[in-house]
Amino acid sequence: MRFLIYRYNPDDGQPPRMQAYELDGFENGDKLLDALLRIKAELDPSLSFRRSCGEGVCGSDALNINGRNGLACITPLADLGDTVEIRPLPGRPVIRDLVVDMEQFYHQYRAVKPWLTVHDPEPETEYLQTPQQRDQLDGLYECILCGCCSTACPSFWWNPDKFRGPAALLQAWRFLADSRDQATGDRLAELEGPYHLFRCHTIMNCADVCPKGLNPTKAIGNIKKLMLKHHV
Amino acid sequence: MKIARRKFDTLVIGAGGGGLRSAMQLAQADANVAVVSKVFPTRSHTVAAQGGMNAALANVLPDNWHWHMYDTVKGSDYLGDQDAIEYMCRAASHLVVELEHAGVPFSRLDNGRIYQRPFGGQSQDFGGAQAARTCAAADRTGHAILHSLYQQNIRAKTHFFDEYFAIDLVKDSDGYILGAVALEIETGEPLLIEAKTTLLATGGAGQLFRTNTNAHINTGDGIAMALRAGIPLQDMEFFQFHPTGIAGKGMLITEGARGEGGYLVNRDGERFMERYAPHAKDLASRDVVSRAIAIEVREGRGCGPNGDYVLLKLEHLGADVIRKRLPGIRDMAMTFIGVDPIAEPIPVFPTAHYTMGGIPTNRYGQVVVPLGEGAEEPIPGLYAVGECACVSVHGANRLGGNSLLDIVVFGRAAGNHIIEHLAEHRYHRPLDEGSIDQALARLARWEQGGDGESVDELRCELQRAMEEDCGVFRTEETLAQGVVRVEALIERLQNARLKDQSKVFNTARIEAFELENLMALGLATVKSALARKESRGAHSRVDYPHRDDERWMKHSLYYEDGRVEYKPVRTKPLTVDTFPPKARVY
Repeated sequence: MRFLIYRYNPDDGQPPRMQAYELDGFENGDKLLDALLRIKAELDPSLSFRRSCGEGVCGSDALNINGRNGLACITPLADLGDTVEIRPLPGRPVIRDLVVDMEQFYHQYRAVKPWLTVHDPEPETEYLQTPQQRDQLDGLYECILCGCCSTACPSFWWNPDKFRGPAALLQAWRFLADSRDQATGDRLAELEGPYHLFRCHTIMNCADVCPKGLNPTKAIGNIKKLMLKHHV
Repeated sequence: MKIARRKFDTLVIGAGGGGLRSAMQLAQADANVAVVSKVFPTRSHTVAAQGGMNAALANVLPDNWHWHMYDTVKGSDYLGDQDAIEYMCRAASHLVVELEHAGVPFSRLDNGRIYQRPFGGQSQDFGGAQAARTCAAADRTGHAILHSLYQQNIRAKTHFFDEYFAIDLVKDSDGYILGAVALEIETGEPLLIEAKTTLLATGGAGQLFRTNTNAHINTGDGIAMALRAGIPLQDMEFFQFHPTGIAGKGMLITEGARGEGGYLVNRDGERFMERYAPHAKDLASRDVVSRAIAIEVREGRGCGPNGDYVLLKLEHLGADVIRKRLPGIRDMAMTFIGVDPIAEPIPVFPTAHYTMGGIPTNRYGQVVVPLGEGAEEPIPGLYAVGECACVSVHGANRLGGNSLLDIVVFGRAAGNHIIEHLAEHRYHRPLDEGSIDQALARLARWEQGGDGESVDELRCELQRAMEEDCGVFRTEETLAQGVVRVEALIERLQNARLKDQSKVFNTARIEAFELENLMALGLATVKSALARKESRGAHSRVDYPHRDDERWMKHSLYYEDGRVEYKPVRTKPLTVDTFPPKARVY
C-alpha cells in the first residue's frame, strides 16, 4: 500500500509537504493506526501523531483520511484503497506532522460549562432518574472529544473563536437533556446571539463523520427548539 | 542548566480517575493544584474501563459493605491488606452517590436508582449466592466517570499541564519529595514544577506484555519514577490476565458480558467453567477463569483452526439486552473481528490487563517505606493512588469492578490527607543544588545521536519476553530465563539512540523514556515472580502449585538494586474481625 502523509516539522526549516511511504504485509483486519505505527517503527521514526487506547474510546488519533475525518484506530485499511492520503484535522494550526493544536476546540467545550449543575441541596442518595429520562442521554454522553465533527464543520472553520461548534453543542444539549440538571435558563442564555449556536447551518458534516455515530446536528436542533419554547 | 520553574501547593501526575478525583478534592478546597498529564485528560486509560464500579448499594439484590469486604479479601487470595479493604468497601456507596451527583450518567433501574449488575467473585452473605454489586453506565462506565471528573475539575479551575511528560521526581537530601521535572511535549523544553506535595496517579504498566488490553500510554511511568527515587516496589509479580480479551487482538470484553448472563464454551460446546468453579461458574475470580481458559486450550479443547481460544457466548441474551447493556463491546467486536455478538460468539483468550503491584502506600495514599521490624514510615511529600499504587486492596488478584472504586476512594483519601499536610506545611522547602540532576541526566542521555539499537525493536522484544516467560503459568525455568532476557535487553538499551533529535512534539523521544520505565518494571516483575515460590492469585507457579500461607503470606518489596525483601500483610481490619485465610473455592 502507498501512504501519502502530510509532514511538517517547524524544527527542520522545510515547508509542509506530502511524503510517500510504501508498506505491505498487513494482516486481515488491520487498521490505519497499525499502518502508522509500522511506518514509524520500520520506515521513519520522525513521523509524529497522537494515539492512546487504540480501540476508539479515547479520541486521540482523529485524522483526515482520504479527505474525511475519522479515527485511525478503527478505520480498516481494507476500506481505504491502494493509496491513502493522510492529513491532520482541517482548520487547526499544525504543531507537527499529524499533530494539531486543539486548544480552541477545548476552549469551546469548556465554554458551554459541561458539568451537571444542581441548585437544590444534595440528597444522601442518588438523584432519581427513570430509565426513560436516562435514555435521553444516549447518543450524547458517549462523545470522546476527538474533534472529528468540529474540524469538519465549515462554520467552525470560519468562526472557531465564536461558534461553539458541534462537539461543544452536543455537550450543551447533553446537560440540557439531563433530568437532573437545573441550569437550563443559564445554558440557553449563554447560547443566545448570532454566533455561539446559530452559526450552525445544518450542513451535517458533523453527523456524517462522527466515529461514534452521534448526531450533533440533531442536538443543535433540539437546543433551538427548547430555546423557542423558553421564549414563548 | 537554566530551567523554567513553576510553583504549586500540590502537583498531581496523571489525569485518569485517581488523579482527577484527588485534584477535584484539592481544587474544591482552594489548594493551588497542578495536574500534569502526558495526554489530554480524557485520553487517560480510565476512559476504557467498561463494566462498572463496585459498591454495596443493594439496589438490585441484598448487599452490605462487609460482604463486599469478604469477597475482596478472598479475591485477593488473602494478600490484600484488610484495613485498607475495609476502608474502601465502607466508603464505596457514599462515593458512587457522590459521582452520580457529579454528573455520571449511570444506567437506571425502573425505580430510578443506579443500575447494578453481577460481576465475578461477588457473593451475598460471605460466600453465599451471587451478588449484584457493580454500578454501571452501560459498558462505558470508565468513560462516564472520567469525563464527569474532568468536567468537575474544569468547574473547580484545576490548573492543567496537558501533554507534559514527567521525567523524574525531585528529592532533597532529607528525603522530601519537592515536585517533578516534566517535559513539555509540544516544545521539547523541560519544566521544573515545585510542589509541597506530589501525587503519582500514572496508572499501570500493561505495555509490558505483547498482547494486552491497555492503551499504548500505559507504560508505568510513575512506578518507575518511584523506583528511581529509591522506593521499593510492592507485589510486582502479581499481574492480572483478564479472561476475555479478544483473541489475538487484546481488546477488552468486559466481565459485565458474563455478568449479564454470557458464558464460555470450549470446542466441544461445553460450559467448562462448571468444572473449575461449580458454584460461581463463569463469574469466578479472574485468575481462576483465566487459568481455566489457558488449561482448556493447552489440553486441546480450544476453538478455531489453531485451537487457541475459547468462545464467549452472548447470543442467548437477545438483541435488546446487548444493545442496551453492552453496546460498547458489541461495537468493539464488530470493528475488530467482524463478529456481532447478537449473532455469534466472540473468540477470547486471557490478556494482560492490570498491575496489582506498584508503589507501596497506606490508606491515606502516602507512599511508605520499611523502617525495620515491620514498621513503616511515609516519604514526606509523596503520595500515590490508583493502579500505580499498591495499598494493597487487590492483593494477588483484583476483583472486577474494584479498580474504578479504588481510584475514587483513594483519590479522595489522598486529597484529604494532602489538604491536612498543606495546612501544616505552609511554605515550600528550598531546593538544594543537584536535586534535579537525575532528571536532567535522563534528558541528556537521549541527546546522544548516531547509530544504535532501535527503541521500538527493544520494546517488542521486552513484550515478547514477558509474555513467554512471565505469563499466566510460570516455572523456575521460564522465570530464570526471563530475568536473563530482560537483563540483556536492559544492557542493549544503553546502546539505543534516537535518530530524530528534533524538539517539537517528538513522540519518538517520549517512547524512549517510556521504554526505560518499562524495562525497569519488567525486571522488577520477573525477579519478584522468580523469588515467590508458591501459587497465589494471579501468580501461578506450575512448580509450586499451592498457596503457602506459612512462608509466603507476605508482600514482596523489590529494590532498584535487584534485592527482593518482604513485609507482612496487614490482616487486622479497622473495626471488624480478621478474615483468616482459607481454601479459595468458587
